[in-house]
Amino acid sequence: MTTQQAPAIQVHGLEKSYKELKVLRGVDFTVARGSIFALLGSNGAGKTTAVKILSTLLKADAGTARVNGFDVATQAAGVRESISLTGQFAAVDEILSGRENLVLVARLRHLRNPGKIADDLLARFSLTDAGARKVSTYSGGMRRRLDIAMSLIGNPPVIFLDEPTTGLDPQARIEVWQAVKELAENGTTVLLTTQYLDEAEHLADRIAILHEGRIIVNGTLTELKQLLPPARVEYVEKQPTLEDVFLTLIGTKA
Amino acid sequence: MSKHFFGDTTVLLGRSLRHITRSPDTIITTAIMPIAMMLMFVYVFGGAINTGSNSSYVNYMLPGILLITVASGIAYTAYRLFMDMKGGIFERFQSMPTARSSVLWAHVLTSLVANLVSLVVVMLVALLMGFRSGAGVLAWLSVGGILILFTLALTWIAVIPGLSAKTMEGASAFSYPLIFLPFLSSAFVPTDTMPTVVRVFAENQPVTSIVNAIRNLFAEQPVGNGIWIALAWCIGILIVSYVFAMNTYRRKIS
Repeated sequence: MTTQQAPAIQVHGLEKSYKELKVLRGVDFTVARGSIFALLGSNGAGKTTAVKILSTLLKADAGTARVNGFDVATQAAGVRESISLTGQFAAVDEILSGRENLVLVARLRHLRNPGKIADDLLARFSLTDAGARKVSTYSGGMRRRLDIAMSLIGNPPVIFLDEPTTGLDPQARIEVWQAVKELAENGTTVLLTTQYLDEAEHLADRIAILHEGRIIVNGTLTELKQLLPPARVEYVEKQPTLEDVFLTLIGTKA
Repeated sequence: MSKHFFGDTTVLLGRSLRHITRSPDTIITTAIMPIAMMLMFVYVFGGAINTGSNSSYVNYMLPGILLITVASGIAYTAYRLFMDMKGGIFERFQSMPTARSSVLWAHVLTSLVANLVSLVVVMLVALLMGFRSGAGVLAWLSVGGILILFTLALTWIAVIPGLSAKTMEGASAFSYPLIFLPFLSSAFVPTDTMPTVVRVFAENQPVTSIVNAIRNLFAEQPVGNGIWIALAWCIGILIVSYVFAMNTYRRKIS
């Protein structure tokens, strides 16, 4: 199979219900290789359900989905070789150290030199000094960085990030954004879900809005902006946002 | 079964054993309650209890105490599994190219190791309190075998709330009735003096046959058919709880 040419993710007519509740009512979208695709929606829109189906944790009731050319229902093992999932809550082992977490994942992905992989990732995510410490002593941002580092082990071509910055402070958020951008620059396909509009705006090549189980729009930021009447030119005094003030005061270069 | 099953199970077993060595309090809390009961029964109630045998009371009640040790130890099995489910690390493992059932088997084997350590601790305290047995190697091996089967049977019971509980308390509350069951058996007093209803229950519930089998093995008495009844209970509970646990597990991962 020519997995290289096919889009990284193809979703067609995906449906999923939990008992009476229809969470997904026919979702279609395609994600090009090496791009960042944002699935935007409010709480309960079905974002997590879609990600769980794509990462083989849930079975869809109807429709098909292919990830890296593999069908999620019939070729789950191939999908799991191709992806990495960073769930809504940092899925790290609190009792192990940061380095042990990375070594554990490298072993479970059956890679050679798990120790070296761990050390490289610790350095890349500025966690070298904290590497030997128990994860329970990490800050929220460090935990998220470790979580993403764990997802990169084995260089899976497709990465799912389910609300990667929910609950993070502005600084940590910027660190995560930086990490996501670097991933895409290196050719990894990223599907991220978010409820923050600015996050989608900042990161994504394409944005799809999931609302009540359906994709209601799907396009680039420019295309989405054209859906509304053209911008009028107004002169507004530029006030710093509270985020600007906060980040300046604590001395982070945003 | 995946070709990585044994390798992955070993890696994950190493992970959860590390959890135990880093919080040895789980072993201590598991062992402390049975030890406290043993002290109380031997030094407070024991003098007034007539077991109808001429050996010491600690010899009489140790088998029951061993079963209580296992029943309280498996609460931690459910707890550890519950924490993995809640923290999202379970989903991370399930979305990786790792043998899927390894995650569960690693918890089961960890439970076995942790409970055996607790049993040894309790046994050592019993020796200090005057427990003596002239049992030969074969009898000790039989006792070990029964205890391993009993631990596995209760461990698979513990897997069910571990996978399906909503709260941490819910995940471990199931063990209370199991801890209580030996009191309605021949573990601490002979069943003859109990009122008929209680006696019928006591004489026909699994703990009595298991306790009697272990007690006879320690006392170098003939075990008769009793040991087969004990083994049948252990294996029966093991099979039934395994089937239910695997059903719960399959529902969780599909």
